Amino acid sequence: MGARLPRKEDDRLMRGRGQYVGDIRLAGLQDVAFVRSPLAHARIRGIHVPERYRGSVFTAADLAGIKPIRAVSGLSGFKISEQPVLATGKVRQVGELVAMCLAPTRAEAEDIAASVTLDLEELPAVTDMLKAREPGSALVHEHWGDNVFLETNYEVDISGALDAPIKVTREISTARQCMSPLEGRGVVATFDPRLDQLTLHSAAQMPHITRSGLAECLGMEEGQIRVISPDVGGGFGHKGILLPEEVCLSWLTMRCRHPVRWLEDRREHLVASSNCREHHYKITVYADRDGTLRGIDCEATVDSGAYSSYPFSACLEAAQVASILPGPYKMPAYRCRTFSVATNKCPILPYRGVARTGVCFALELMLDLVAAEAGLEPGEVRLRNLVRPEQMPFDNITRKHFDSGDYPEAMRRALAQIDIDAIRGRQRKGEADGRRIGVGVSIYCEQAAHGTSVYSGWGIPMVPGHEQASARLTPDGGLELRVGVHSHGQGMETTLAQVAHEILGVDVAKIRIILGDTAMTPYSTGTWGSRSMVMAGGAVATACRELGERALRIGAKLLQHDPASVVLQNGEVRGVNGSASLKAIAHTWYRRPQDLPADVDPGGLEVTQGYKPVRDSGTFSYAAHAAVVAVDPDLGEVEILDYVIVEDGGVLVNPLVVDGQIYGGLAQGIGTALYEEMPFDASGQPLATTLADYLLPGPIEVPAARLDHMETPSPYTQFGVKGIGEGGAIAPPAAIANAVNDALRPLDVELMQSPITPHRIVAAMLAARAAERSAA
Amino acid sequence: MKPAPFAYERPRDFTAALSMLAARSGSAKIIAGGQSLGPMLNLRLVQPELIVDISGLAELKRAEISGGELVLGALVTHADIEDGRTADVTRGAMRGVAANIAYRAVRNRGTIGGSLSHADPAADWISALAALGARVTLRGLAGARTMPVEAFVLGALESALHTGEIVEAVHVPARSATAHWGYAKSCRKTGEFAHAIGAVLIDPAAASARIVIGAIDTTPLVITDAVELFGGRIAADYKQRFDVRVADALLAKAGIDDAAQRHIHVSVLRRAVQEAAA
Repeated sequence: MGARLPRKEDDRLMRGRGQYVGDIRLAGLQDVAFVRSPLAHARIRGIHVPERYRGSVFTAADLAGIKPIRAVSGLSGFKISEQPVLATGKVRQVGELVAMCLAPTRAEAEDIAASVTLDLEELPAVTDMLKAREPGSALVHEHWGDNVFLETNYEVDISGALDAPIKVTREISTARQCMSPLEGRGVVATFDPRLDQLTLHSAAQMPHITRSGLAECLGMEEGQIRVISPDVGGGFGHKGILLPEEVCLSWLTMRCRHPVRWLEDRREHLVASSNCREHHYKITVYADRDGTLRGIDCEATVDSGAYSSYPFSACLEAAQVASILPGPYKMPAYRCRTFSVATNKCPILPYRGVARTGVCFALELMLDLVAAEAGLEPGEVRLRNLVRPEQMPFDNITRKHFDSGDYPEAMRRALAQIDIDAIRGRQRKGEADGRRIGVGVSIYCEQAAHGTSVYSGWGIPMVPGHEQASARLTPDGGLELRVGVHSHGQGMETTLAQVAHEILGVDVAKIRIILGDTAMTPYSTGTWGSRSMVMAGGAVATACRELGERALRIGAKLLQHDPASVVLQNGEVRGVNGSASLKAIAHTWYRRPQDLPADVDPGGLEVTQGYKPVRDSGTFSYAAHAAVVAVDPDLGEVEILDYVIVEDGGVLVNPLVVDGQIYGGLAQGIGTALYEEMPFDASGQPLATTLADYLLPGPIEVPAARLDHMETPSPYTQFGVKGIGEGGAIAPPAAIANAVNDALRPLDVELMQSPITPHRIVAAMLAARAAERSAA
Repeated sequence: MKPAPFAYERPRDFTAALSMLAARSGSAKIIAGGQSLGPMLNLRLVQPELIVDISGLAELKRAEISGGELVLGALVTHADIEDGRTADVTRGAMRGVAANIAYRAVRNRGTIGGSLSHADPAADWISALAALGARVTLRGLAGARTMPVEAFVLGALESALHTGEIVEAVHVPARSATAHWGYAKSCRKTGEFAHAIGAVLIDPAAASARIVIGAIDTTPLVITDAVELFGGRIAADYKQRFDVRVADALLAKAGIDDAAQRHIHVSVLRRAVQEAAA
């Protein structure tokens, strides 16, 4: 525990020996390509398949009995969408599946797909989430009567804030993004008549949830379905939903009785799969002259796309905004109204950080404006309003329960390490190359591993309960751990082994982690919400403690001791007579049961145990980010000169893995801040259809950030660990935007929209110049 | 993203290649480095019946100085130029351009002839070579013809190549001892296509300049009579005399309505002028 242990899994992953869905070879495998809707919104009048390809092409008419994907929220007023796995009646987004084409190779399947013609009657597309809310808008789901999945209202006496001397109002927005893991989605489905079992290999974060969703759509028993998720090349939320493709291929393999495969290509990922992040805020912040917050009033709209995705639903993101916007700040008044809006775009999914990235962007940009109004350093406004360590545990205005932490200290350290005073001096002097320097800070909290008490309120198809792990000593003294979460870059084959090692003392090299297979692992909602280290780690610790207790009793017998007088240390049971290794104990249980104590636990050396933190309202990790940028106002180019992250993830199981999580999140946060955007035209066509148009940051765009760790243990979890998987992606857009705005404030330029592109900077600068001229 | 079916040939001699192209009358595509055609095939933006792979044609790989100018075969790669494996008559200008084309992996395979043939407005060579005053030779079964690069590029992804013709070579004139060179571009990230290119060859001693504004939606603006950009006179103080308003007006006339886009183009061009004067 706490060792910077290199990841065990890297031995195969870094040598190109990982096995992903695309590496699976099954005899008789055929490939699938889909005919996808070329239009955002249209009525299907006909699907014409050339005579020679009948039998290789399947449409909704073939899929009798297959149910649409339904992800309903129990929140009052939620409107239900039904996503047919192959379109029926209407298509509601570009890329929606219309027909499935089967051939020996993908290229041939694409030839068939190209030969299928669609007779579509184009309908007006709903592409602007704000206009979609207005009466008279075209409707994505006609029977709703409007385009709003869900509206929520939350208020704590906003009237008390209205007389504040500082009142700042802005509109702020974040672009629609594609999550872009290195590996896309992929499915290989096969049916075993002997077992009467469908096996679905899928690049999935939550195999057990996928199985439940598949069983519902296919009308099968869960026991007839096995979901295997092999090595997964990044998830980030993109691999956390039930795909219509998964349902389609499951049906197809049972129909053709041979294995079938579909691998998402990059264009499908960009235009047809799922998007994230598209938020709009109309927000007013009230404050006193000294920068003390008096209240926030916000109206947030999220573009949820055409359908509600299983299991998270279409409203998780927007409705979450209302509860998480105030974050770690104290304030006496608050109001937030949210809208989850249906449009003719891909469904929106929770992406690393989920709504927090947008919320952090909105609030932290506003706090810089409050600072400017109050004539204070931005850092000072944060320090005045952040919850103080002596107030922990702290229930904020939306009753989020902060378990622990010292937020002001993180901010102070970030300001010191970025050397705010030196930057201010440098700004006064100016730059020889004509660029402008700016510094920006942001801070956030990351609620992680939130459980039953939080999710039962959402009423979505999935509510996490106890997390289970199985621990089994093998006859030769090795340890097998089975967990229902999955690892797709998080390093859990290493960190869960470290947890087990902490309890049992078994060498990490002799611990095998088995995950990603519903037939081999305990049920779990899977890996999402930065929950796995807290939940699966806690479950592994609990199971290993029980296993250790059983081993100790056998060991005591071998040493001819009373169990009360021996201890388990460093992988052996020790007493005054000597020691018995776990290997010897395992050998006794499996191979020489005649030597076991009479009252031995008949459960043996295999334990399945469940775990939940003492309180399941979540751990709260957090970080202060500080960025220094140089902005070229003529070209609109932004260079990140320095980047500091001071984070507190509680007790770290493996700081090396945590650093990796933070660096990876930072890269994605920089993408949100400066590069990534999926624009649509008025007819709903996605415009960034290749990676030449959808820009992702590369190694040159991601600076070598300086990391500093604080360690405030969570009072509620095993070892005091907290979830940290998403935080790196939450704060960078706000810190970088604040830095850009700091650099350009003397020019009266302000950017309130991500990504901050060269064109947006130059356009804002020209607008500011024009305003100055007309004022003069 | 798999290509539609196509036939593939890899001829060993130039005439055979030209014959194959002529026989297919327009349904064939040439592949050399494949850095643009590869993705276009996979996206099915092009669906040729035949791909003629010319990468085996040794006569297109030569690079030599002949009659005071550099003749580069169409198959010379960006990396060949970047690494100095080819002769140079531009005193490093071409090497500097080559070194900043896309990524090294692209430069290893991408060819100068392929880049010109593809005629992507955002690519480097069509702007840089136009500023350097280069010419391009096209060859078909009927013979060869040579034209200035700016006459070769007709529009976005549109060149003067006739059906059955291949870019054979690029002829780059020697840069005079008094000519200053500047090249600047703006890319949203390293290795991406440029959103603005400025290429300038200014010879104050001869009072002449070739100015190119590239990476606009259509063919680059090549200004050979550039005195207006410098207040009516090209002299040693050209950097101070550079007139952004004239450049802006040229872009507006070329149909670029967006003021921010024009501002970025003009700023990039000013960088190129400043680099030339440095």
